[in-house]
Formats: sequence, structure tokens, C-alpha cells
Amino acid sequence: MKYSYFPGCSLEKNAASYDVSTRAVASRLGMQFTEIEDWNCCGATEYVSLNLTAAYSLIARNLAQATKNTGLDQVVAPCSACYLNLRKADKVLGQDARLADRVGKALAAGGLSYKPGSLHVRHLLDVLYQDIGLEALTAAVTKPLTGLRVAPYYGCMIVRPSFHNGGEDPEYPISLDKILKALGAEVVDYPMKAHCCGGHMTQISEDTGFEMIRRLIKGADDYQTDVIATICPMCQLNLDGFQGAMNRHFSTNYHIPVLYFTQLIGLAMGMAPKDMGIGDEIVSAAKALTKIGTAVEPEPAGPARRKKDDKSLPMPSRGGGVA
Amino acid sequence: MSEKVGVYICHCGSNIAGTVDVVELAKFAGELPGVTVSREYKFMCSSLGQELVAEDIQKQGLTRVVVGACSPHLHEKTFRRACATAGLNPYLMQMASLREQVSWVTEDKALALDKAKAMISGAVRRVQLQEELEPTPVPVNPNTLVVGGGVAGIQAALELADAGYPVFMVEREPSIGGHMAQFDKTFPTLDCSACILTPKMSDVGTHDKITLLSYAEVEEVTGFVGNFHVRIRKRARGVDEKDCTGCGICIEKCPRKVVDEVFEAGMGYRKAIYRPFPQAVPKFPVIDRANCTFYERGTCKACEKFCPTNAIKFDQEDSFLDLDIGNIILATGWDLFDARRLSQFGYGRLANVFTNLEFERLCNAAGPTDGKIVLRDGVTEPKSIALVHCVGSRDKTTNPQCSAVCCMAALKFGHLVMEKTQAEVTSFYIDIRAPHKNYEEFYDRLQDEGMHFVRGRVAEVTDAARRPEEEGKLIVQVEDTLVGKQRRLPFDMVVLMSGLQPRADAKEVGLRFGISCSMDGWFTERHPKLDPVATMTDGIFIAGVCQGPKDIPDSVAQGAAAASRIQGMIARGTVMIEPVVATIHEEHCSGCRICNNLCPFNAIEFLAEKGVSYINAALCKGCGTCVAACPAQAISGAHFNNQQINAEIEGLLYDAVRGNGGAPKPVAVPA
Amino acid sequence: MSDERFEPKIIAFLCNWCSYRAADLAGTARMKYQPNIRSIRVMCSGRVDPSFVLKAFSLGADGVMIAGCHPGECHYLEQNYKAMRRYEMLRHTLLAMGMEDHRLRLQWASAAEGNVLSAAINEMIEQVRALGPLNWPGLWSENGGHQAAIERLPHEHAEALEVTA
Repeated sequence: MKYSYFPGCSLEKNAASYDVSTRAVASRLGMQFTEIEDWNCCGATEYVSLNLTAAYSLIARNLAQATKNTGLDQVVAPCSACYLNLRKADKVLGQDARLADRVGKALAAGGLSYKPGSLHVRHLLDVLYQDIGLEALTAAVTKPLTGLRVAPYYGCMIVRPSFHNGGEDPEYPISLDKILKALGAEVVDYPMKAHCCGGHMTQISEDTGFEMIRRLIKGADDYQTDVIATICPMCQLNLDGFQGAMNRHFSTNYHIPVLYFTQLIGLAMGMAPKDMGIGDEIVSAAKALTKIGTAVEPEPAGPARRKKDDKSLPMPSRGGGVA
Repeated sequence: MSEKVGVYICHCGSNIAGTVDVVELAKFAGELPGVTVSREYKFMCSSLGQELVAEDIQKQGLTRVVVGACSPHLHEKTFRRACATAGLNPYLMQMASLREQVSWVTEDKALALDKAKAMISGAVRRVQLQEELEPTPVPVNPNTLVVGGGVAGIQAALELADAGYPVFMVEREPSIGGHMAQFDKTFPTLDCSACILTPKMSDVGTHDKITLLSYAEVEEVTGFVGNFHVRIRKRARGVDEKDCTGCGICIEKCPRKVVDEVFEAGMGYRKAIYRPFPQAVPKFPVIDRANCTFYERGTCKACEKFCPTNAIKFDQEDSFLDLDIGNIILATGWDLFDARRLSQFGYGRLANVFTNLEFERLCNAAGPTDGKIVLRDGVTEPKSIALVHCVGSRDKTTNPQCSAVCCMAALKFGHLVMEKTQAEVTSFYIDIRAPHKNYEEFYDRLQDEGMHFVRGRVAEVTDAARRPEEEGKLIVQVEDTLVGKQRRLPFDMVVLMSGLQPRADAKEVGLRFGISCSMDGWFTERHPKLDPVATMTDGIFIAGVCQGPKDIPDSVAQGAAAASRIQGMIARGTVMIEPVVATIHEEHCSGCRICNNLCPFNAIEFLAEKGVSYINAALCKGCGTCVAACPAQAISGAHFNNQQINAEIEGLLYDAVRGNGGAPKPVAVPA
Repeated sequence: MSDERFEPKIIAFLCNWCSYRAADLAGTARMKYQPNIRSIRVMCSGRVDPSFVLKAFSLGADGVMIAGCHPGECHYLEQNYKAMRRYEMLRHTLLAMGMEDHRLRLQWASAAEGNVLSAAINEMIEQVRALGPLNWPGLWSENGGHQAAIERLPHEHAEALEVTA
């Protein structure tokens, strides 16, 4: 399985642990990542509201560069914003002929060209879930994360419905839940899993930004979460980097580490924490991670017998879902 | 042999005459070959207009009639009758639609006249090749099959039985009663649902004209109106109905408890041998073999041990019943929308989110909590309840339809909550739909009683609290459109008013009976306004929610309507089968059998000894697909045969350049 | 010859239950469409024999429309699927014989869709008008278009065999 790899700016610096863990996990699972040559920033979120041609030219340059990896038509991006931008550009340029024409001219000025629709842009989560699959992941697990309560946090970008995100329910996605379960973790049914982290709101209004972060952390805390697993550097930065500031703002005392899901995959596959970039996070994961490594055999559950005075009503039977 | 065609151009007041020069048109028609008489008249459908036709038939010896007027869907019958009364076979008449298809849709008068001329020309050529046809009378068996023992089916069965006609009722569940038996009270009267239903159920169970086949399904249907043959599978109850007294000791002694997913909507428990509810009709219990210790391991047999009449028969097998039936009523009801599909409401994840059907069971005094409204823990009384309207209704992502009953049911729930508890109850609605008798008044009453209403679609039900006062509650996030604000309101309990959906197997069941479902999954009625209980298949009727969401009075009315229709047919004793059917000419048939699989009504069979195919005229619906498919043109479709249609095409193109060069040529002689 | 616009003649086969009623509805609602279309009522779109279509073309029609109920809504349950299959084959054959595309049209219209049918009629009339009068013998021998159509056939077959998920 070969892919063009688009790390994006965040993975170079503040999300370096995402990059490191992704590459290590990918190589262990037999995926070959070829980094796109001389890729540039995807423009993140604001540029598109300022100047369409410039914004899409910026993004499309990456797609054009990716076409230089001959024979590779799959582009994988670990960062949700990069993923969304690349995917959106491909779609928009395919639909808007005039914009595509202007962008084409801009690319041509740099000796590049890109034909919309010729590449498939995928998020790393989707690639691991669909292409690698749960069976292969489970088979690769040597140190299951038994006893570790992990809250899967998707963030808002990957679940946007208009990009046909592989059939995931935008209100209640489950691919990350299933991956974490395959790693042996205790997956928290996190009600905020697809709620927005606030993006750049921390720069615009601390009250709003920190409140959005507080809701997410509190939600995880209410469910006794040990670790939040993320798939996006922006989310990780907000929840991890700003957790302390948020605590001070609200006089709360939360301490929930936020790791990238690839770091957890790596741990489950027996890789050393240092090699996964663990320790780089601001809210330390050390205490939470002392829970794993001790393989606790779950007791086989006997047939459930209702107590005589148990008046409770049965829950509706679940078809599908994680449990 | 040449025919004498009479052509009648209707003015239809100014509807046709205002755009098409009818005088000119009549003159044109008069010059077409075969036309003896050509008239134009103000209103052909009037009695005077019809008399014109009748007189000409008798005095001028007309052998064919063409009427250029409105759509045949309106007056084909009228003019056929006019011909028949004058002694001319009604199928020797052809209409040309000059109104809907010409005058009403064309602006330019000259072009309208040209088109009208072509349409008349086509009709004149066609009619000369039409043949005399006679409808066939077939007897009507007085037995009626009612499929589905809900309130619609029950009503239909009782009306037919009270009129003295035999009824066979087939019900899939162990007892009749349908969904209405699950409800607590009915709106707007707040009658106890079971109290008004059980007397009818009991009537069905004891009526000497009704044969109740419960825990049974229809396997196969063949035949045609008045003459169906139905095979019923009676599933094995494990209990001999002849010996069982209904004492219920077996149920008491059974040690296996399972969740009752059907009657208790997953909220309560039942035994492995069970009756769905105490007033079940018939009273005989059923063994749920999938959950019975005896069938799993060969042990227990408590029911058999304690049965005083030895009615338990573990080795009982499904049995089959073959019935001769005249007419069939499908009253198969509905399924509840699966609220898990809308994950933002948390059903199945958040303990205290319930569906409307679960809430009915909570309120019902015979339900799992003896009628106490409590949370999922079975003990705590909620102090605040939210009712979320339109879950799986009025929703483009799931079901676009309105389910017709949920607004009223929500009002009913509001009343029951306030009657039984001290809780505050709030409805979150898009619109309050209260269309029928006393419904709006019921809405007024609930507003007076202190029910709260928030107009807005609920975005999310969540347990993720933001503020201390939200802790431990279910938060309903909604845009209150009347206030213009986003609101987060805390509740102890949320009830989702889930919508009504067609049964999961509706399409399959429909096909078994030869009827279709519309795009939204409900059975297709013959006409949505004027004939809601008949279907396109003669002899098969539909009643109740299976035709579309409706409340109990409407379901009862439809059941009665279907019964009444059938009573009329039985009283007449015969029904006329339309002669527009296909016939295979044996001498031309090579036995290739291409036609055999084309008929969805199974009207075509292969006669092996003769090596030809044969069409059962009573089953044929006259679609003509086999006629078009036969490579040897061995099949002719009465009233729409190849010669007639080709003649019509010739007539329509009479003025086309490559056609007959403008001058009408003599018509082809029928084969 | 004065500067007259070419007025195509189009024959439409309308099924009794859906499309004929749609035409009736267009009439009742006074939706105007061009008069170049002349309709024949059949009980079902499945009744339309390909020979009717060929007959219409040979007698001077410039276009033929076959209209029926939407798939899944046929009064006779599934016969419009058969009409659909026949139409595909007929269209293929006509193309291979050198006839231009769009002269034969399959249109679904339910009894409530008077607007859909009248819009389709207007559209078809314009398409056929743009194609000009059907010049069939000319197309075969002079145009050479038939050769290209025959060469396209294997590609169209291959495409038709690919089942999209």
C-alpha cells in the first residue's frame, strides 16, 4: 500500500509527535509513504475567505506536486484541516471551471498543473480504518491497552457530511472508536466526540475559546477518561496546550492527557513511548499510561441474572455500534 | 368491408372551441375515408349530446364512433354507455383528447387545429380496426380474507361477518389487537385504548362467521378477483388449541424470562411460553422456541408438567391451510421508526431517552411499571419530561412524510404526565397538527392545563453538562424560533415521538398479493383522493396505516369502507372482468416461452403437451408487454392490437412528408 | 420558400396510468407546450413494440417519445422495466443504423408530474428541431455517421457491463 504523504506545517513542529508516530506505525503496518516534494502550507482556514484564487492555488500546488509521485494516486494527510483543504480544493476545482482556469494559470506560472479528480485525498484515520482494517490492526497488537479508558475525539472537520467521509454518521462517527477497541482499550462513549474544539477561538476570544475547550475536557472527565485520542493537531493543541490556561480561567483542575491516536497504536504495537513522541505533550500522559502494561484478564461474564427486586427497565437492544 | 364512422367534435363550451376551429375540424373529419357523419356540438357529454350519437347509430347505421372531446379518463365510460344503449358494442368507440392534449396546452390556434386534425385522423383510422368485445362475468366467492388483526382489520372483519359473510382473519402475532392494544389512552377522548378495543377483539374471537388464524401468515396467493386460492401457514404454537383452556399455569411456571421486544416494546419481560398481554385473543399461549430451555437443551418441560389438560405439544409442527377466497383486505399496519438512526438524540445510548411506544407501555396500567411513569432505573419519578416531535418524520434524511398522529399523541402524553405525576412537560415541535374532530380543542385544553411548548427542531439531546444545573440531566439543545434564541433545557426524561414507517417487509408482502408499494413504501391505492381502499388489483383492498399514516378513526373508517365494497360485490354475486386482455394464437406460437416470465401476474403458462403458451384471461391485466415481446407476433392485445396502433400512427402522421404524401390512403384491412 | 422554421413531428406513446394522466394534468393546469407532439395512449409503456417506433419514423415522424411510470411505480408492477430494456436496445440499434441520438426518448412521468412531462416535451421538440428533419436514407449512405456509431458499439457495451457500486 503506497501513498503520497502530506504532513502539513503542524506536523513539522508542534505536532511532531504525530508525524513521528504516524511514520513509525505506517512502516510497521506495511504502508509506504512518499512525502510530497516541496509541499507548502495548505492555508489552514482563513485564506479561503479572503482570496479564492490565491487560496486554491496555494492548496492546488500541493496536489500538483503530488502528481510527481508517479503511480501514486492516493494522498494521505494526518491533519484534518490539511485533509479538508486538499479534498475541498480537488472538488471545487472540478466543479468551478472559471476558478479552475485561474488556478491553472497560477500553477502553470510555476511549471505545474493539476487535473481535478486525478488524486484521491484521504485522512489518515480513513486509510487505517478502510485500507489496513481492524483485523490487521488487532493482529499487530502485542501490548493491548487493557484498562486504559480512551475517549475518541474526532473534532468537527473530518465528519463534515458534504465530503462523503466514507459513510460515517456525522453525528456519531465510530471508526476511531473501533480502532481504539481493536487496540484493547476501554473506549469511552464520549458525547462530545464530534464537537468543535474551537479552532482559533483562543486567539479571538479567550472566554469563548476556553469555554469550548472546557466543555470537551469536562465531558471527558465526567466519563472518567484516562486519555483523549485525537486525529487533528489543532484539536490536540487546544485540548492539550491550552488545558492549563483553561484551568486557570475557570479555576478548575483537570488533568487529562491528549495524545494522537497513532501514538496509542504505536504503544499497542509494542513500540517504545519515546519513539512515539510521548513526553512531548504538555499535560503529561505518564500517570495515565502506568495503567497499561499490566495485562488484566477480564473476568468472563456469567449469564446476567436479574436480582429479584431489580425494577430497572431494559435498555433498547443495540444493533451495530461499538459495544 | 367498410365501416360507417360517426365523428363528433365537442366544443366543450369554449374549452375546445375557443382555441380549435371545431366547425373546420368537423368538416375535415367528414372528408376522411370511412366517415359517414361528422358533427360538432357544444357539450357531447350532456344527455342531448349522447342522444345525438345514439340517434345516428340507429338511424344512419353507424358501425363506429369517434368522439373528439376531453380526456378518455373522464368520459370514455359515458360514450361507451351511449353506444351500448343504442345497440353498438361499447368497444367500437374511440375518443380523441382535444381538450387536455390540444386546446388547453396550445396557444397558436392554427397549430392547435393542425394537431386536432391529426388526433382525429388517428382516431378515425384506429376505430375502424377495433373489434367487438364483451366483459366476462365471474362468480364471487363470499369468503373474505383479512390480513392483519389490528383495529382496521378487526373493523373490516366484523362488518363483513355481521352482514353474514364468512371471514378468515390471518394475524402474524400470537394475538390480534395490533399496535392499538399497546397504547394506554387514545386521543382526544382519553378512552382507555384496550377498553375500547378488547370488546371488538372478543367479538372477532367469538363470532361464528369469523375464523381466526393467529400466529399465522399467508404463504401464497393465486387466482383472481372473486376466485383466489390462498395458502396459509399456521405456525406451531407448541400448544394444542383444542385442549388448552387458557388457564395460564404454564406461563406462571415457566422459569425463562426474556425481554419482550414486540408487545412491551423492549421495556418489559415475558416468559418463553407467553401470551402477549392478558386480554389476548385467542387466549392460547405460544412457545418462543428460540428462547425455550426444552428446545435448547431438552430439559425443563415445566409447562407440560403443570398443564392440567396436557395441551403442551412440543413436537407440534407448522400446518398449512388452503382456502378459497373471494376478496382480500390487507390491513398490515406499520413499524415504528428506529430512533437509533438519529444518533443526535441519544436513543440506545442515553438511558432516559425513550420512544413514544416505550412511553405508551410505561403509562399503561398493564405495562412493565404498572402504569407508573419512571426513569430507566425503574424507580425514580422524573420531574421534567421533554417530548421531541418529528423524529424520523418530516425529515429529508430519513422520512419526508408527516406521521399524522404524533402531535396528538404528544398532547396526550402531556396530559397523562400531568395527571399521573407532578412533572413539567414540554413539547418541542415544528407545527402542531390537530386536524380532526375535537383535536384542536384538545390542544387548547393542554395549553390550559399547563403543558409547555417550544417551537423548534431539537438539535441534540446530550448528557454533557456545561453548567452545574445541567449535571445529571439530559440537555435538550434547541433553537426556540419564537424567541429567536438557542436554548439548552435540562430534563430528567426525553421521549422521542418516532414516526410511522411501512412494515419492513411491505414490498415483499405486496408482491405476494400482486399489489405494489409507492416510492415511500406504503401500499399504493387505486386513487389517492377518490379510491383510497381499493388497489390496482381487483379483489385486493387495503385499509389502515398500511395505506399511509393515519389515526384510529380513519383506520376504522377504511376497514369499514373496504368491507362495504366487498359486501357489494358479494351481494351482486358476479364481477365483470374487463375484456382488454391478451390472447395467444396457438397456431402462431412456437413455444419459445419468452412471454412466460414477462407477466408479473403469472397469467401466462406453458402447456407442455401442446408445446404452446397460454394466457389465463381472468388473470391478465391487459398491460400488453407480452404482446410487444412475442417475436412471432403470436399474441394479440384486445383493443390495443398492432393493427389498431399502427393505424393510429398512420393517422397521426397523415400530413407528414414521407408518409402518405398528404392525401389519406385507404386503411389496412385487419388480418 | 419563405423563411419557415422547421417544425418537427413527434409521436409520443403515453401509458394510460401515469404519463397519459400527466399529460391530462398538464392540460388541466393549462401548462403550454409546443404542439409538435402527437400522442397515442397505450395501457403500459411495456406495450410499446419497437416496430411501432420504427413505423413512426418511417411514416414521417422526426422523433418518438416513450413515456411511462417511474421505475417501481408501474401500475402493472414491473413492466416499465421491460420498456426500459427495450428502449436501450432500440436506441443502440438506431444509433448503429445512423440515426442521431435524441430522436428517441424514454421519459418517466408520474400522474402528478404534468410539469415534468410538458418540460420534457418542450425540450425534446427543441432538440429534434435542432437536428432537423429525419433524413434516414441520407444518414446511412451519405453521412457515414453509421460507421462511427458501429465502431462505438463495443465501447458502449463494455460501459454498460460495468456495474457501478
